[in-house]
This record gives sequence, structure tokens and C-alpha cells, in this order.
Amino acid sequence: MADQKASTSIEAVESGLAAQGYIASRQIATAVYLSQQIEKPILVEGPAGVGKTELAKAIAAWRGMKMIRLQCYEGLDEAKALYEWKYAKQLLYTQILKDKLGEVLGGAQTLHAALDQLHDFGDVFFSKEFVEPRPLLQALEQPGGCVLLIDEIDKSDAEFESLLLEILSDFQVTIPELGTVSAITPPTVILTSNSERDLGDALKRRCLHLHIGFPEQRLEERIVESRVPGISQTLRRQMVGFIHEIRSLDLKKLPSVSETIDWARVLVLLQATELDTDIVKDTLNVLLKYEADIEAAAPQVTTFIAKAARSNVFG
Amino acid sequence: MRENLHRFFRAARGVGVHVSPAESIDAMRAVSQVGFSDRTILRDALLLTLAKSQDEKLALRDCFDLFFSQPEPRQEQPEGADQDTAQDADQAPSSGAASDAGGGSPQQELGPLAQMLLSQDRNAIAAAIASASGAASLSDIRYSTQRGIFSSRILDAMGLQRLRDDLDELTATNPSLAERLRTALDGLREAVRDTVSQGLALYAREEAENLRNEILRNAPLARIERRQVAEMRALIRQIARRLRERYSKPRKRQRRGHLDVRRTLRRNAAWGGVPFLTAWKRKHRDRPKIVALCDVSGSVAQVSDFFLLLIHSLHEVVDDVRSFAFSSHLIEVSQILESKSPEEAMAEIMSKVGFGSSDYGSSLVDFEKEFMSMLTPQTTVIVLGDARSNNLDPRADILRRISERSKRLVWLNPEGRLAWGFGDSEMPRYATFCSVVRQCATAQQLERAVSDIVATYQ
Repeated sequence: MADQKASTSIEAVESGLAAQGYIASRQIATAVYLSQQIEKPILVEGPAGVGKTELAKAIAAWRGMKMIRLQCYEGLDEAKALYEWKYAKQLLYTQILKDKLGEVLGGAQTLHAALDQLHDFGDVFFSKEFVEPRPLLQALEQPGGCVLLIDEIDKSDAEFESLLLEILSDFQVTIPELGTVSAITPPTVILTSNSERDLGDALKRRCLHLHIGFPEQRLEERIVESRVPGISQTLRRQMVGFIHEIRSLDLKKLPSVSETIDWARVLVLLQATELDTDIVKDTLNVLLKYEADIEAAAPQVTTFIAKAARSNVFG
Repeated sequence: MRENLHRFFRAARGVGVHVSPAESIDAMRAVSQVGFSDRTILRDALLLTLAKSQDEKLALRDCFDLFFSQPEPRQEQPEGADQDTAQDADQAPSSGAASDAGGGSPQQELGPLAQMLLSQDRNAIAAAIASASGAASLSDIRYSTQRGIFSSRILDAMGLQRLRDDLDELTATNPSLAERLRTALDGLREAVRDTVSQGLALYAREEAENLRNEILRNAPLARIERRQVAEMRALIRQIARRLRERYSKPRKRQRRGHLDVRRTLRRNAAWGGVPFLTAWKRKHRDRPKIVALCDVSGSVAQVSDFFLLLIHSLHEVVDDVRSFAFSSHLIEVSQILESKSPEEAMAEIMSKVGFGSSDYGSSLVDFEKEFMSMLTPQTTVIVLGDARSNNLDPRADILRRISERSKRLVWLNPEGRLAWGFGDSEMPRYATFCSVVRQCATAQQLERAVSDIVATYQ
């Protein structure tokens, strides 16, 4: 019954994402499935380059929806995230309508009468036509629903977090001059964070919390397979094994999945069939982004290659 | 099952995962979507909705495994007992079956518990224990001393009294059956005891942890036992996190008050200077700059250790920390503390300046000679030490100059107020130049002291 349906639907999510080239672990698939079912945003945390942003893209592509992306940064405010009044247009229209204004108010004898007449026209200049929707409002106005990606929320200010709360829990925003705008179709919301600062509990409470870490060896091999089809199986195993060894080192920045994929592409370009010390040393700068890290890893390269090759035999 | 989920939420609170009513509702909704059939999916769903950080996820995963593994040990536990009974059960079934088929009188007379035990229906027994522990409200267990009372409550709820009567009766009529029942009862007792232990592990953790932390918070830092050091470090990290959360919030901008004419004009240049958007003057708030001088001699060393750990884990709150350690002379230790783990850093500091007899005078001279120029009117200087200078010249005049150059001078003394000024303590002489002098012997006092220092910048 419900149970059966759940596990098959989770598998459906997995295969759907896989069709878009995103190999999801069971946990990720469960999160995506649940967020759809109980209409909650997903907060994705994890180190840089493990595919947090990619996940949102894959969901959008899989479900054929538009993706709206809001990149967060320090100083991001509601004018840039939510909506803005088109001041220039308002100004221009008042100039053009100046003469018209004279006509309308022509009949009025006193200042009070003129003001009353003006009131009858309502807030012409603060109507929907003068609102410039920014990503958050755009997301609510998509008739077919969309995937809203709020990227690197930890970079924004704490005030901005509070601004998001209304959208995240009720899928609506309140514009003082216009009233409350509710979503036509609730968007699928993905928030990503690199844990640069602790997010507020209020925000976390409204989201499903998903942590994507470095994938297991098997999973990573599958990811490489789907992203870099030209690579041979032996090389794939060796390089993923090698990267897992590298991750055991104490480095400033550990290579993540995006680096693995880049490296695989590089190796294919260089037409390597097997890992050897020279080629690894030459291409280590693809994997490691700090000089100190490269220096720390370089002496270990030979041992790691041997280890990766050995695990290859048994695995 | 709903009942079970509620108990799981309580267990989750026990391991430190904050589960609010709203979160429990979300978790319920999630669970009703995924169902109970697949344990990993159920676990993932609960982790997604309840946990809010990676640490919480790990804790919750353990808690989940412990909670939902309950049925298994119960089935294994009576195993040993069953094995024994199985042997004599060989002849028993025939006699039991015979009596059943014949008159059926002795078996029919037995209470439900006795019948259940004799039939060795493990699932039924497990279910009975579960429902009995529900009736005895096992989830209210708080202390390990309550184990006995909860065991007996559960057994009572299962109908132990009736079983005893049955046993008495059977001993007279059917000794072999009575023997079997007695072994089964021992097995049952064991199973119940295990259930209670598990309940204790699940539900009492919160209380026990709170109690331990409370004791630890008020224990004197200087006399802490070696095995508690790690726990204390964890506690200090907790305190640091709390302080970070409280003070790292961006300094509130002044939204009303004086108009900032220059910025308003600039912002509205596009509309010919018609002020559509107004800009207000903001009050600028600095982040704390801290210079810490820590005595690392003898009894104060441990306190200094924890203090330095706390101060250096406040990166988000404090802009700039320079730390110095001294006993007979003074060195800067900021680098060591930033680059190494707390244990290694402390070991290195101790090997460089520790173990000397403290000389406040010459240490202050060292500081004035090299580092005086870094003190600004935004700096808070914190001195941590007992001010016992072995009757050497205290050089209070240097402390006066430090106090004049800096925003505040705070002295934290691990000794109690009563000891100040007795023996070789120079505290009264130093105190005249300090903005604040506080006792700082326990984690709680440490937290208050640091919290006050940071709060003066807010």
C-alpha cells in the first residue's frame, strides 16, 4: 500500500535524476520525494563541489520545470530578492499624465475636493504594473510551478533569512502596497549552504535538512561513469580509489566530486589508460587548489597509486 | 505506532536533538508518506525532518538504531532459558498434550502469562513486555537507581501475581511443568531487565547529561580530574557556540534618526536629486579586539588553558585576539593556538614558558617593551592570573599605563575574593587600575566573564 508506493516512488526519483546525469544516493532521493509530498523546502549542506547546486538543476530538468536561481551574497536585500518598484517608470508616467491630472482635477473648487477626487482613483502608481518581480516573486508567479534555488544562503545576512521565512513556510509574500501574493503552484525550493555560518533555527525548522558528504567509492564511480562516458573502467576505479586516499590526508581543501569529474576529463583528454606517478604529478593541480596541499600530497602519490591499484584487484 | 513515534521523539530529545512540536508534526507527516515497512527509508525520513546538523544526524542515527532494535534482544535473551527447557520439553509436550487432550483442566486453569510462557511464543512475549512497559510508563525513567522499581512494575503489569499463584498450584499438582514455568520466568525477568536498561539508555540520557554538565560547570577548573578534561573541553566548546550565536548577529543598523544627507543625495542622483530613497546615519559598532595575558604557572595553568580555548573559538564574534602566556617571562602564543589542536598547543606553550615561578613584574615589562603599541582605545585587555608574584616587584605602574591605553582592563582571578591580598597576592594593588576584577574559577564564571566582555561592544 502506502509503504510499497513510497519505496517505488523513491526509486522513481532516483532513476529520474539518473536520467539527467545526476546519480543520487538513497538519502538524496528520499529527501526529494519527501519535499514533494509534504511540500517543504530542502536545505542542502555539505562541502563545496559535491553537487548541491547540480541537484536543483537535475530536479528542474527531470520534472521539466523552469529553474529560478537566487545567488545570495552579503548585502542582498528584498529589493534585489523579492520585488522592486519601477521608480523610473512611475516618474515617467507622472510626467506624461500631468496634463491628464489637470483635466481630472479641473472640476474641483477647493484643495480638499481635489484631494478627494484624487483618492477616488486609488493607488494607480503602486499597482502590479509598477512592480519589478525579482527571483522570489517570479518563483511564486510561475503558473506551472518551478524549482527555486536559493544558492549559498549562508553568505547572506541574518535579516535576509527572516525575509525568507514567510516564503518557505507558506509560499507567499506580503507586499505592503498590494497585499499578499500566494504561489499559484508551490515551487520546489532548494536552499544550499556551505556552513560558513550557522543558520537560524527558525529557517532550519522550516526545511528538510539534507547533508551531502563525499560519496562512497562505488557511488562516485557511477557518477564519473555518467558524467565522463569516455573513461575506461580500470582507470575509473583507479582514479576514484586514488581520490579516496587523498581525502584521508589533512588538507586545506579536500577534492570533491566536481574535482573528480574534472580530473577524469583531463585524464581522458591526455589519453591515459592507467594511473602512473608522472601523469598524476602533472595533473595534481586539477585536484588540489592550494600550493601547500599539493606539496603535502606529492610525496604520497606513489603509495596512493599502489594502494588504489591493489584495492582494484580485490574490489 | 503513533505512540512509538512519540516515544522516539522523547528519546531524540534525550540525545540532544531539539524536537519542537512543529517538527514532530512534520516528522509524522513524513512518516505517513513513507510508511514503516522499509527501515532505512523510515530512518532517512526522520533524519531529514528532525536533525538540523550533521552532528545531530549522527546522534539521531544511533538513537534510532537503539530505539528500533528493541525487539531483537528480547527475542534472543530467553534463548538460553529456552534451550534448557527445550530438553525437558521433549517429554513435556506429550504429557502436556495428553493432559490438554484429556481433561485440559490444569492448562486451562493457568493465567494468560503462564500460558504464554509455556507456549514459548516469543513474539507474544515481546509484545506483552512492550505493552506492559507502556503501562508502567517506562519512558519516565530518569535515574539508574530506578531500574528495580520499573522492572517490578512491568512484571506486575504483565500479571506476575497470577503467575505466582499458578506456580504454587502447579508445584503441588504438576512439578515438572512448574519447573519449566520457573525457568521461563527467569528468562522473562532477564528480558524485562534488559528492556529497562535500554529504556534507561534511551530516555534518561537527557537528565543525566544535564546533571553532569551542571556539576561540571560549577567545578573548579584548576582542580579538574584528568578524565574530565575532555568533557570540559566539550563543555567549553558548547559555551563558545552559545556565545557565538548570541553575539555574532550583525549589529543592528540604525534605521531612524539622523538623515545621512550625503548618502541620500548620492543614492537619488538618478532621479535628479528628488529623495525617493532615504539613507539614515548608522551607528557603527566595532567588534571586540582582545588582548589576553594568561598566567600559565602552576595552579592557574589549567584555567588559562580553558580560557584560551574559549577565547580562540570565538572567531565570529571577536575580530582580533592576541594571546600572551607568561610565568617568569612573557611570549606571544596566538600563532601556536591558531595552528595546533588544543592539546598540542598547550603542551608547546607549557614547554616554552610554563613551570616557572610567576613573576608578574618582569612579564609586564616584557609586554610593555614589545607589544604596548598594539593597544588601541578599542582593545579590551584581559589578564588571567592569581596575582601571586612571589614577593617580587609587581610593577603596577605598567598595568596603569596599559589601562590608560586600552578600552577596558579586566582581571580574572581563579582565587576567591577572600584570598586576595593575603600572602604574596598583589591583587588589591593591581585592582585599582582594572575596570573589572572578577573571580573566575568555574566554567560558569568563565562564561559570564567572557560574555560580559563581549557584551560591552554590542
